[in-house]
Amino acid sequence: MPLFHTEDQAMLADSASGFMAEEGNINKQLRHWRDRDCPDGFGHALWKQMAEMGFTGMLVAEDDGGLGMGHVEAGIVLEEIGRNLTPSPFLTSSVLAATALGHGSSDLKGRYLPGLIEGDSVFAVAIDETAKHRPSRISTKAEKSGNGFKLSGSKSFVIQGASSDMIVVAARTSGSDEDEDGITLFAVPKDASGMHQDPVRLVDSAMASHIKFDGVELDGDAVIGEVDGGREILNAMLAAGRVGVAAEGVGVAQGAMDMTVDYLKQRKQFGKLIGEFQSLQHRAAHLYSEVEIARAVTIKAQQLLDEGAPSADLMTSVAKSKVAKAAGLAVKEGVQMHGGIGMTDEYDIGLYMKRDRALAEFLGDAYFHANRVAELSGY
Amino acid sequence: MSDLENFRQETRTWLEANCPQEMRQPVRDDGDVYWGGRNATFQSDAQKAWFEAARDKGYTVPSWPKEYGGAGLSAPEAKVLRQEMARIGARPPLSSFGIWMLGPALLKFGTEGQKKRFLNEIARGEIRWCQGYSEPGSGSDLVSMQTYGEDKGDHWIVNGQKIWTSYADKADWIFCLVRTNKEDKYKGITFMLFDMTGDGVSTKPILLISGNSPFCETFFDNVSVPKSYGEDCPGFVGEINRGWDVAKYLLGHEREMISGMGGGERTTAIGTAMKRHAGKTGDEIDAVLRSEMALFDVDALAFTAMAEKFMDEMKAGKGHPALPNMMKYVGTEINKRRHELMMSAGGSRALEWESEETRGGKAPRDWLRTKANSIEGGTSEVMLNVISKRILELPGG
Repeated sequence: MPLFHTEDQAMLADSASGFMAEEGNINKQLRHWRDRDCPDGFGHALWKQMAEMGFTGMLVAEDDGGLGMGHVEAGIVLEEIGRNLTPSPFLTSSVLAATALGHGSSDLKGRYLPGLIEGDSVFAVAIDETAKHRPSRISTKAEKSGNGFKLSGSKSFVIQGASSDMIVVAARTSGSDEDEDGITLFAVPKDASGMHQDPVRLVDSAMASHIKFDGVELDGDAVIGEVDGGREILNAMLAAGRVGVAAEGVGVAQGAMDMTVDYLKQRKQFGKLIGEFQSLQHRAAHLYSEVEIARAVTIKAQQLLDEGAPSADLMTSVAKSKVAKAAGLAVKEGVQMHGGIGMTDEYDIGLYMKRDRALAEFLGDAYFHANRVAELSGY
Repeated sequence: MSDLENFRQETRTWLEANCPQEMRQPVRDDGDVYWGGRNATFQSDAQKAWFEAARDKGYTVPSWPKEYGGAGLSAPEAKVLRQEMARIGARPPLSSFGIWMLGPALLKFGTEGQKKRFLNEIARGEIRWCQGYSEPGSGSDLVSMQTYGEDKGDHWIVNGQKIWTSYADKADWIFCLVRTNKEDKYKGITFMLFDMTGDGVSTKPILLISGNSPFCETFFDNVSVPKSYGEDCPGFVGEINRGWDVAKYLLGHEREMISGMGGGERTTAIGTAMKRHAGKTGDEIDAVLRSEMALFDVDALAFTAMAEKFMDEMKAGKGHPALPNMMKYVGTEINKRRHELMMSAGGSRALEWESEETRGGKAPRDWLRTKANSIEGGTSEVMLNVISKRILELPGG
């Protein structure tokens, strides 16, 4: 398959780009909700509109009422989300949680997927237990209790946890903290008794929860997939989420770069447009190269994941790491080249810097994934 | 079975029968490369047999038309042949600037007579060509070149000097940019073709920091260049005074070719190989060096995806026409970084300059050679200029 969009994908990109620029733009969404101290950090009306556009159930199988699309298509929507810094539950609900639910029983699917597809429900995923992403270590425990399980432990920085109707929780049902096996995924409803959330606001204005599970009683049918068989689903969920974050990061990088290149063509100093200075031209050209490469490796990873290719895992980490570096460069050069106004809240370039910082950290930063590339390559 | 699968089977059988085992080893140094030409000698019987078999099949230039010495393969067939050759590690049967540079220029700009004569000579490895572009005063600013051809009716008298002429001392003929009109910078250059054995041509190899001399200075002292070599066979490509069009096309082609190599050995992950190598010598890779390698491998593997996307887009007629400049910039910078890391991983062993065991100091010589990657064929700085002007459309002259 060639490494560019098919005609259908290009049409989707057109409509996603128009929709997101119109409805998901910075003033209408990010600034609007931020300036009102919105406890969700995003708008439910937009989520409903995204459902009408067919976005919310893109990755849900057709048999389950979704569109049965792939990661290239989800990436198209995410890139526009990134470009417009649109706060939405798309990544956590439609990519991460939807991938987990795809492995669930028909009962679980029936309980949660219609709400997702309709844009009425919001989901979160609770994997990390510390400040850095480390899915190899899971110590939150779920012990057998009657016909069900009793959940105890804690999860940290669960994005949109307090806004969610259901949280996918990775817990240990056997073995010790670092074991590969012995993980089970649970679909925990928001009103589960014994679950305590402590929401905090992050630098990009998104909300994240620190969650305590204090003997939370769960029915046996809350299990996603098999008991002790959660690692494989967790890995599928992480792969989907990581290429998703990469796609959103490409959008952030492109948005920041476009803004900056436009500014170089408008701002005058020393009687010249600053874009005439070679020192800035070369840095802009280098940035362009890095963003193009980030885009290429992201679509490569998306295609490999959609094909179920064995190399998808390696390329996913390459993409996540490369995009973090390229988008990081885009926002840093963006603020520097804007000069003083780049430091003001009034100007949008700083918002790109904040969003990039959060995305770079989510599901493993550039160093985590470079290390993973080394490990997967056997060194 | 599809036609293409049939072709794959035939190719596999043909390669099995015609490519000797010795020719399925990686190229170690320039001695393993067969360049052809009047004075060429074969390194081994296997090299001779492989070259002759490929020549007779048209596989020295597989996608050129049959009447010009090629095999007339379609693009998908040529890809299959490349894949099958790569699968068994077959060396190229013939390498030359005629194949890479002059051939494409003649295919686009040449007359029928020029194609029949020169392309066949190239395909059959009979004439070895070199390229006369840069001059001592004209590097990045190539169009300022001064080597002058004075019009004498049916011929020119050429005087001047070229530099960085690859293998000029071993070449038979030269394709050469010569100024034929001093009034017009761009429309005053002619793309001439002439024999290096003629009176007044002399070459002097340049010793490089790698200890090798792949480049020469080339001097022209009243060299007579005919305007015609017979019916329909001019002594220049394209039109008189419009040689810059041909040169620009070739520079674009060269950048494309360099960037197309992105998918090859140059950008594959190095960490694995370096660890294996260190294991053999009893060395350990320091944690910080391992980190550098991992970050490098991310960039190198990401660039292989970029190279694949670039090729796919080129074939589909998509992508910005100035994109080869970006590919050349990034590809050469990655290759330099790669060799820096290989030197670090190699330690003191990578400093050895001559021993048999280090194959004549291959590591440090290769490392030094890569420093030219971002200079030749347009410097990284010139590439960044082109990206900022033509792709980002930033202002200024």
